[in-house]
Amino acid sequence: MSDPLLVVDDLRVAFPNREGGWVEVVRGVSFTLGKERLGIVGESGSGKSQTGRAILGLTAPEGRVTAKRLAFNGTDLLHCTAKERRALRGGRIAMVLQDPKFSLNPVMRIGDQIVETLQAHSKVSNAQAKKQALAALEQVQIDDPARVYRLYPHEMSGGMGQRAMIAMMLIANPDLLIADEPTSALDVTVQLQVLAILDALVVQRGMGLIFISHDLRLVSTFCDRILVMYAGRVVEELPAGGLAQAQHPYTLGLLNCLPQLGDGRHPLPTLNRQPQWAL
Amino acid sequence: MGAVSNVTGQSVGLEVQGLRVSFDGFVAVADTSFTVQAGESFGIVGESGSGKSTVLRAICGLAAHESGTVQLIGAGPKPLPGSKPFRRLVQMVFQDPYGSLHPRHTVDRLLAEPLAIHGVGNAQERIERALDEVGLGQGFRFRYPHQLSGGQRQRIAIARALILEPQILLLDEPTSALDASVQAEVLNLLETLRSQRGLTFILVSHDLAVVTHLCERLVVMQRGRTVEMLASADLAASRVTQPYTRQLMEAAVGFRRKVTTLQSVGNLTLKETPAHIGFAQAAII
Repeated sequence: MSDPLLVVDDLRVAFPNREGGWVEVVRGVSFTLGKERLGIVGESGSGKSQTGRAILGLTAPEGRVTAKRLAFNGTDLLHCTAKERRALRGGRIAMVLQDPKFSLNPVMRIGDQIVETLQAHSKVSNAQAKKQALAALEQVQIDDPARVYRLYPHEMSGGMGQRAMIAMMLIANPDLLIADEPTSALDVTVQLQVLAILDALVVQRGMGLIFISHDLRLVSTFCDRILVMYAGRVVEELPAGGLAQAQHPYTLGLLNCLPQLGDGRHPLPTLNRQPQWAL
Repeated sequence: MGAVSNVTGQSVGLEVQGLRVSFDGFVAVADTSFTVQAGESFGIVGESGSGKSTVLRAICGLAAHESGTVQLIGAGPKPLPGSKPFRRLVQMVFQDPYGSLHPRHTVDRLLAEPLAIHGVGNAQERIERALDEVGLGQGFRFRYPHQLSGGQRQRIAIARALILEPQILLLDEPTSALDASVQAEVLNLLETLRSQRGLTFILVSHDLAVVTHLCERLVVMQRGRTVEMLASADLAASRVTQPYTRQLMEAAVGFRRKVTTLQSVGNLTLKETPAHIGFAQAAII
């Protein structure tokens, strides 16, 4: 592999607290990403989403992002101007968010939103943009693109909304896709369809993918590599399908507390959080 | 806990017969029948749009049903659906603890409201006991929902349902908005409360593992109809007869890379979107 697509070295994100100090929510996360599928797993509050947002430059304005190095394709993300950052965002790095209900514009038709994304990143005529938007909808296996093009977000199901969002994110042909819990709001069966679409598109276009999720099992079956985060740190890195080799008590605890078909564990083991995990 | 022990002897179950719910001509639930014995834990599984939540909403009167009957069965008093005593016996816990608690009411006020509606006395004592029972201390009593984590909010929602000492608890995806470790805690809490109070559960979930963990019997729903009724043990041993149930079971295992191969993408979406097998081909070539 040549130069990695993304280099993250000692990323830290902090937010001010009421006492005038800072709370670090991401505390020294480092990884490199090539054209591969990287999973970041953790529970709420583990800093996984903040890691994704920091890469994209979407940390809330009061937040403070520091790192030894944060580079995308050789571009230093920490020191580039807001304008350069904006050009990357959506164009080269795209993000799929968790819930299509809240992340699509509720008063804009799906097609118009996709066209808006496309025209923000490349000069295309309206007619051409519409054609591309329809093709993008078709690529994410939407049945009747012409009909869906005219729908408002509230008129679509969750699975369809999520597919529309993926279409929107992929239309500008990004090199890196950050998917923040893209399937958590979806049904299990729809989840697999959306994942299959995402997977095929990533392979076909040779994109890098950062897949952020709380679902350890799902991520382990989908990604090439998994980072397990706890309290703002990466506590363990696992290869694909390497759940059996997990060592860290947090990872083991997470796996253990899931109910499984056909096991009679009553009550379920719960996660006994050790303060030293957060050190 | 005197008030609790004198009702456990009269636990009630629930019978749903030929339930049909439609919204503006769209049939959300069609011909659904099942019986939940007193003290039993019963699961409803299906994906969104299968009508599983609508069944619960119809039972507690949040959705009007077009035809069919809902009635209580068992030894205890059996008030008619829609009546106030019925609502006191049948309480519901909703999916999203972020949406089901009033954001500008304190926990104390949230828990006092059902008591006020049903004219139940000694509110102070009951609120204190309810908080203890769901494993939150008195320290949470005067907090607002935004000061609680998701798991704590869901515990408040459970406390709010249980404070009226219902016999039947309708659980609409009670853990799907929670982290895995918190889910385990809430499931354990529900199990403990059920065995303590002899409650009847009707649990709706898309997660087969959660349903088999908590329920003895379950029904699989698809597009408003019941597809299969089976015991959890049968499901765990994959003694299922319907392809849809099998599909759900496979989906629960996780993502499989071969899903992206030409044939399986075709298979996966064949029933829903026959027009798009072409895409799958394109993606592979």
